[in-house]
Amino acid sequence: MDRILFGDNQFFGVNHMSEEKARTQAVRFQDIGAVIDVLDDAYAEGIRTFMCTTHERIAEVCDHFREHRERYPDFKFFPCLPYAHKYANAAAELGVLGAVRSFLPQENALGALLKGGMSLARKDVEGLAGLLIDAEMKMFAGLDTPIVFLQNVATDFLLGLGFDDAFRIFNDHVRERYNAEPGFITMNAPLLLEKLEKVGLNNPIICANINKIAFRMCGGMDAYEAMIAQGRCRLIAMSVFASGALPAQEALDYVCRFPQIEAIVFGASSRRNIAQTKQMIERLSTSGAVQ
Amino acid sequence: MFRAAIIGLGKMGLSHQSMVNVHPQIKLVSVCDSSGYVLDVLSKYTGVKTYTDYKKMLAEEPLDCVFVATPSRYHAEIVGAALERNLHVFCEKPFALDPAIGYQLADSAERKKLVNQVGYHYRFVATFQETKRLLERNTIGELHHVRAEAYGPVVLRPKGATWRSQKSEGGGCLFDYSCHAIDLLNYLVGRPIAVSGTVLNSVFSNDVDDEIYSTFQFSQGLYGQLATNWSDESFRKMSVKLSFWGANGRINVDRQELQVYLRAGAQPAPEGFSSGWNVRYTTELTGPVWFYVRGEEYSAQIDHFVECMKTGAVPISNFRSASDTSLVANRMRADADKARTVIGSDDVQTAQDSGGPGCKPRGGRSLVRSLLDRLKVGQT
Repeated sequence: MDRILFGDNQFFGVNHMSEEKARTQAVRFQDIGAVIDVLDDAYAEGIRTFMCTTHERIAEVCDHFREHRERYPDFKFFPCLPYAHKYANAAAELGVLGAVRSFLPQENALGALLKGGMSLARKDVEGLAGLLIDAEMKMFAGLDTPIVFLQNVATDFLLGLGFDDAFRIFNDHVRERYNAEPGFITMNAPLLLEKLEKVGLNNPIICANINKIAFRMCGGMDAYEAMIAQGRCRLIAMSVFASGALPAQEALDYVCRFPQIEAIVFGASSRRNIAQTKQMIERLSTSGAVQ
Repeated sequence: MFRAAIIGLGKMGLSHQSMVNVHPQIKLVSVCDSSGYVLDVLSKYTGVKTYTDYKKMLAEEPLDCVFVATPSRYHAEIVGAALERNLHVFCEKPFALDPAIGYQLADSAERKKLVNQVGYHYRFVATFQETKRLLERNTIGELHHVRAEAYGPVVLRPKGATWRSQKSEGGGCLFDYSCHAIDLLNYLVGRPIAVSGTVLNSVFSNDVDDEIYSTFQFSQGLYGQLATNWSDESFRKMSVKLSFWGANGRINVDRQELQVYLRAGAQPAPEGFSSGWNVRYTTELTGPVWFYVRGEEYSAQIDHFVECMKTGAVPISNFRSASDTSLVANRMRADADKARTVIGSDDVQTAQDSGGPGCKPRGGRSLVRSLLDRLKVGQT
């Protein structure tokens, strides 16, 4: 896994601090060409991994990377699924089961459709989960996806329910079908790690908020720092700037203090920002590793 | 430990289950829903005890509290049954659709000293709580105008398959998005004393309203406007925004951000605030929660319910405050049917009648002529 991963929140009007800023970004990135320009900047700065949701517009990004493979020979995608708002909005309109049904594959695949119907009828949750994962992964066909993540809304919802087997089901399908490693995004990392180990997923890849002000670090700072120190999982730090609440130097200083944190994911919209953040992480990581 | 059950496992019920199940002071005993499929999956994979008949569950299980998250139409009946068994109740919004029944349930719960809470979770959003603190200390002076807006992408096609698209079931934007906005106004500036000019309009839905506009009067000199629309695809998810105008400043607030404008020298600013614009973000205002699924406020309201069961305190959002909200919504529905001040075609003078600046006179009537005509009328 690369040390630095590029995130996609900035492209889809997600900003945890300001709706105005989110809308400005949504306007700027309306044209997928603007998204690809920023990805080109990131690539030029030496970033090789794009960690992204399965927002329908990512499909256009995937098309671009498939069509221009020669330009990005070593570029990787870390898909994060499912795109939760799509399900939440559909659940309000169609009901929980209706929402699930609406996202099962329909086009040109009678077999899959039948299988979907059968899965619902037989309560074959594993089969159903596989179909839903496949539906979301379709846009990445032919691209390098060495790690596939379960989004935090899904991870934490299942974690809360005590549906621990779901993590094993996700693990099995991602490994078997995509020859990829599973990753889990969460806002409750210490509790999640405990449950993942319980279903036999040792040394899992966990992506969690890790920042100096403990923003969305459920379980608290102490539990997080203890978990980091124990090295029982491969950690990716996200929201290191706490959505902009922390100055860059101070924020990265904190995260880079932990050599156990394997990677850092961040989003940015300008080449200058990408370059500065990347350089700062690299500089602080070197000094951190020496400690 | 409080023994709990959940009734109704749709989007909200399942989300509550996820948080309740890992709350350190709650033991989730059982869940109830009419869908056998959802129950079978939950029972098989999480081991939770399941029921399809809530009456049977209430009769058989020793419980301290229930979470009611069925379609709105069933809230009153189920809440009534739970109160009869002396259970503390957390009910999803909009509580009882009929405010009269809501107030009866509030009376009953208060008489029995049972904790009664309603899931108006926006009351637990840190930026809105900070707004309440600022308004209570009169930070922007006497208020004269408030505006509440809620937009989001729930109904984007004519067909809906659930109760949310049926008026008889409590569906529609009024009892969904609008109630959140009304409830926040009730919480922050008090219940309105009059509603007028209400519009319930359909954008896509056949049976229910998709957008609602209304004018509220809160007191002598304080008026508000409400604009809600759940058919707005330009929003990624529901977005609620409130604006307050006071004699000494202004507040704009949404889930993420609180902007406060204070006039210089008008009155002492609260600690940490100064004249001009002040901005506070959710990252600095939001306190930690024991578990996060979909926003701190959802976790915080459940924690508050537990806290109230422990201390006997009255919840921030309770049966009575929620009934106030239903009352306002019902008055708005009645107001929407009232006659409007009409601007008839007879009242309008078009270019043909009177000409106008830049218009060529037609039919021999010139602007001068028409002005003369009017003068004549005035003289008689």
